[in-house]
Amino acid sequence: MNPRALIAEDEPLLAAHLQSELARLWPELHIAASVGDGQQAATQALALRPEVCFFDIRMPGASGLEAAQAMAEDWSEGTPFPLLVFVTAYDDYALQAFAAQAVDYLVKPVDGAKLAACVARLKAALASRAPPAAALEATLAQLRGLLGNTAPVAPRLAVIQAQVGAVVHLVPVEDVIYFEAADKYVRVITAEREHLIRLSLRELLPQLDGQRFWQVHRGTVVQASCISSARREESGKVTLHLRGRAETLTASRLYAHLFKGM
Amino acid sequence: MSLLPPKADTASPSTALGVVWHKHRKNWRQTTLFMVLLCVCIALVLNSFRLQRLGVHLVYSFCVGFSCWGINNLAHLLLAWGGDRWRAAKGLAPSGRGWEHWRGVWPALLLGFVFGPSLGLTIADTITGFKSASLLDFDSSSTRFTLVISLVGSLVALWAISNIQSLSSARAEAEAAQRQAAETQLRLLQSQLEPHMLFNTLANLRVLIGLDAARAQLMLDRLISYLRATLTASRTALHPLATEFERIGDYLALMGVRMGPRLAVELDLPAALRELPVPPLLLQPLVENAIQHGLEPHVQGGRISVRAHVQGQQLVLSVRDTGSGLRQGAAQPGTGFGLAQVRERLTTLHGSRASLVLTPEPDAEGGTLVTVTLPLP
Repeated sequence: MNPRALIAEDEPLLAAHLQSELARLWPELHIAASVGDGQQAATQALALRPEVCFFDIRMPGASGLEAAQAMAEDWSEGTPFPLLVFVTAYDDYALQAFAAQAVDYLVKPVDGAKLAACVARLKAALASRAPPAAALEATLAQLRGLLGNTAPVAPRLAVIQAQVGAVVHLVPVEDVIYFEAADKYVRVITAEREHLIRLSLRELLPQLDGQRFWQVHRGTVVQASCISSARREESGKVTLHLRGRAETLTASRLYAHLFKGM
Repeated sequence: MSLLPPKADTASPSTALGVVWHKHRKNWRQTTLFMVLLCVCIALVLNSFRLQRLGVHLVYSFCVGFSCWGINNLAHLLLAWGGDRWRAAKGLAPSGRGWEHWRGVWPALLLGFVFGPSLGLTIADTITGFKSASLLDFDSSSTRFTLVISLVGSLVALWAISNIQSLSSARAEAEAAQRQAAETQLRLLQSQLEPHMLFNTLANLRVLIGLDAARAQLMLDRLISYLRATLTASRTALHPLATEFERIGDYLALMGVRMGPRLAVELDLPAALRELPVPPLLLQPLVENAIQHGLEPHVQGGRISVRAHVQGQQLVLSVRDTGSGLRQGAAQPGTGFGLAQVRERLTTLHGSRASLVLTPEPDAEGGTLVTVTLPLP
């Protein structure tokens, strides 16, 4: 079967050009879909299960990296994880991270020679593919390296200020059991109640102490001392039981490595 | 936001002692040179009376002059130190701009005048072996002579040294202001020649050359005039509002090629307002903000409208987008530099008669509205 690819690029001319250049350099490659934002990139990748993904870094909705994270967290076993190629116009910081993690990337404007070299690498990788589980594990390790490499640390937050009408509730961070992303908000859950704050998890994360608050899923950050037990499931995910809350949380495969016996 | 460039001293000490010490240290070359000249002049004046040899006059002149000066400086430092202690004892924050700073000059001068001559005469007597009359002996003509010369010398020295000091601090302030202006200019250039924007535009241009050479040429023309305007824009002169709209048009045309159908543009400039003078590229940072933080990260994209109209005696310019709004997890959180920069230019040009207002979600379409109001010429 011919390999299939997914292109995620928000600038229509650049998407069309990448598609036509791929058609010229790699005629057997079938472009399964071309999408213009990060959310669709993840959903389409999960639905279409292509062999190769070209993701622009800066896209509306979610960045290419966040799309890859969502894919990796929700990828089901069986089909091998796609080969990822990130595309960026200028992002010094990201490029260093890509080089460090040996992640394939292209720099815009993409010239024919560089794309041809990339295609050769992809073809070779497809020919000698590791079994699906090992491939996924290798990608997870790369993504961990990329995601761990976050931007400079912002000042630490001591108190969460949650507004409800005219009242602002002040919640000390140490009282927070976990944070959960909910669309454009973040739910702040304490033992007694929950609050909504108008802030994305992405903005909140750098302001939290990483030793105390662990990200266990792209949408969940939990205070480590509030986790009472962690159970590894067959799917590779981990179910977390909490002190002070009845519900359980799920740690994705990307963060499952945080939970192992000493 | 500070509206004036901060008066950055090279090193800004925060205590009175620090300020006084810093002043003396910074200007010691000029003031010493001046004191030497003053003492030589006084010696020459004394010499004209032919009381003693020139060498003796020089010794007395230098001893008295430098004693006055030394005591004066020492007293000034001591007063500043006392001021710092007094402030600390009263639990006040240390201040480099307190009373000791300027009022301390007078008691210090008085002390120098009172004790300087007697100290100087004693030293000079030791060197020359002569015996001067006691300075308390007011009947002695030589005493009166010494006191008058010391007084005149002290006042001339005070006048000259304070001139030297204010000159040097004015120069330091001018240098700081110049440095600040250069930094602002650099940051402005960096924010406008944003590499991500530039390389993406070039990538689009590269594709367009193969697809549609004529359109590529138009895009290149837009890029050239955008770059020319950004690199050469004078920060002070004014240009017509029509030119301002053309530059915004260049940038939005480039963004239009990049974003395709996700970007809708509305430029509304009534013909009667075309010639009104405005500061060059005043609206550019606002338009770039609307794109970078409003529409580019917004999945559906949206519309940007730039309008001008007159309201009473005011020119109202507005930049409005229907994008993702002010703080909903922007992919690239802003630094606030663009807004601060526009506000600062408005204040510099028109003071409180100009304003910039940011309105989140002005209506059901969401997004952000920025309104700039400035007086009509």
